[in-house]
Amino acid sequence: MSPAVLMLLAWMIVPLGMTLYFSFLRYNLLMPGMEEFTGFGNYEFFLTDPAFLEALANTLLLVGGVLLGTVVGGTFLAILLDQPFWGRGIVRLLVIAPFFVMPTVSALVWKNMLMHPVNGLFAWITRGFGAEPVDWLADLPLFSITVIVAWGWLPFATLIILTALQSLDSEQKEAAEMDGAGPVSIFWYITLPHLARALTVVTLIETIFLLSVFAEIYVTTGGGPGTASTNLPFLIYIQALLQYDAGTASAGGVVAIILANIVAIFLIRMIGKNLET
Amino acid sequence: MARAVTPRRKLAFTVLAWAVGLTLFFPVLWTILTSFKTEGEAIATPPAFLFFDWTLENYVEVQERSNYLRHAMNSVIISVGSTLLGLLVAIPAAWSMAFSPTRRTKDILMWMLSTKMLPAVGVLMPIYLMCQWMGMLDSLISLVAILMLMNLPIIVWMLYTYFKEIPGDILEAARMDGASLSKEIIYVLTPMAVPGIASTMLLNIILAWNEAFWTLNLTASKAAPLTAFIASYSSPEGLFWAKLSAASTLAIAPILVMGWFSQKQLVRGLTFGAVK
Repeated sequence: MSPAVLMLLAWMIVPLGMTLYFSFLRYNLLMPGMEEFTGFGNYEFFLTDPAFLEALANTLLLVGGVLLGTVVGGTFLAILLDQPFWGRGIVRLLVIAPFFVMPTVSALVWKNMLMHPVNGLFAWITRGFGAEPVDWLADLPLFSITVIVAWGWLPFATLIILTALQSLDSEQKEAAEMDGAGPVSIFWYITLPHLARALTVVTLIETIFLLSVFAEIYVTTGGGPGTASTNLPFLIYIQALLQYDAGTASAGGVVAIILANIVAIFLIRMIGKNLET
Repeated sequence: MARAVTPRRKLAFTVLAWAVGLTLFFPVLWTILTSFKTEGEAIATPPAFLFFDWTLENYVEVQERSNYLRHAMNSVIISVGSTLLGLLVAIPAAWSMAFSPTRRTKDILMWMLSTKMLPAVGVLMPIYLMCQWMGMLDSLISLVAILMLMNLPIIVWMLYTYFKEIPGDILEAARMDGASLSKEIIYVLTPMAVPGIASTMLLNIILAWNEAFWTLNLTASKAAPLTAFIASYSSPEGLFWAKLSAASTLAIAPILVMGWFSQKQLVRGLTFGAVK
């Protein structure tokens, strides 16, 4: 057993065990020494809280929205970048840049300089068309956060799809063209099946990361207005570090782990298959 | 035979691709431009794009008022420290898995991958409390350790896929020429492994630099890296957009450059070798 394995094992088992243990305790950090066993009380409290269902729905909407935007957008962008044009190297750099912007920066830049209802650039453009500016983060909080997060993940999808695209044998396409296939049928019957694997990988990996979106919500809406943009990680954060309710937060943590594992099983199978070849 | 490309077609794609590229890059560009404006110009309507009085005062003030350099240094310590520590632990593990795999190697690799799927928020409470008990909240040491453990699976995986590509024949050839094991490692394996190790390092520094869950939740001020420092601009009291932009530009510039250099490795590292 190498040190790496042992360290990871400890990192995995100790906190997980503690989370599981806390989740069965009535445990508030403001009342030390009052811990007592409460069975599934925390789970009942967490799962029946109306905020939970909304947070779950928000989590799924956020993941789904970002996935839709990045996978569809990334496919078209990758196909575009794969065409011959002048300055490919530079455009490629421009496109992947958002991925390297730290989440707190991207969220604040979008929130203030672009989406601000009075001084933001979008408001100025909207007024240019003679329309009333939209207060993005107040009126469409979840949608706005989806856009911000999708902006950051679009390069990731594009880059992976582009890599897969470039491994496509061009002779196959030429043969199809000679047989009279149009661009649409070439895309549908040759390109898309070839991309299937890359698209699956993008979807699964993004899902893992998107289930844990936190910083973007933390610095923009703080989960609000109300709970309109609270996702599961943010709800647990509120229970843990704002309400000091360690028991309920831990029960929520267990729920989040179960949710992530459902996705993880599929991803691990896919990558495991690849390992054999 | 390559297909002939008509100039008109190429021109059309050039225009389209540049338009899309510049649109996607615009928020970054806008941040950089705003960082050179005065606060008044930063919120002005209509916005000034290029014709404003360029100034460096935001950069000076960000440093003077909030000690920017200390937070930048924290970011460097956390990202570089956690990456180097991770490499130290991961290289022997990946090395032995790549060159002398056992029956269980694949299972161990898959299990390591599965630890990466553990959502951070699931262990927020225990990690926070452990740091509190040990008096390690707002401490660089705990962040280095946590980020190291968090990225360890990616480091092991990336190294493993790189080491795997070193051909075994070359070792045999060296042995035939009478190289000892130590010579084999120093003169044959190491030079071939260095590029893989370097790209692994680069990608992990990027990931650790931008990490914004643990850095936000476990730091207050002393150990706050740039992610947390910039988050402090989210307070609604003031609109310091020019200063926010200056701090942001400085925070993303080094990582942007590193990222541009490591595009290829990025795909490989983030897909655990599933897409190359």
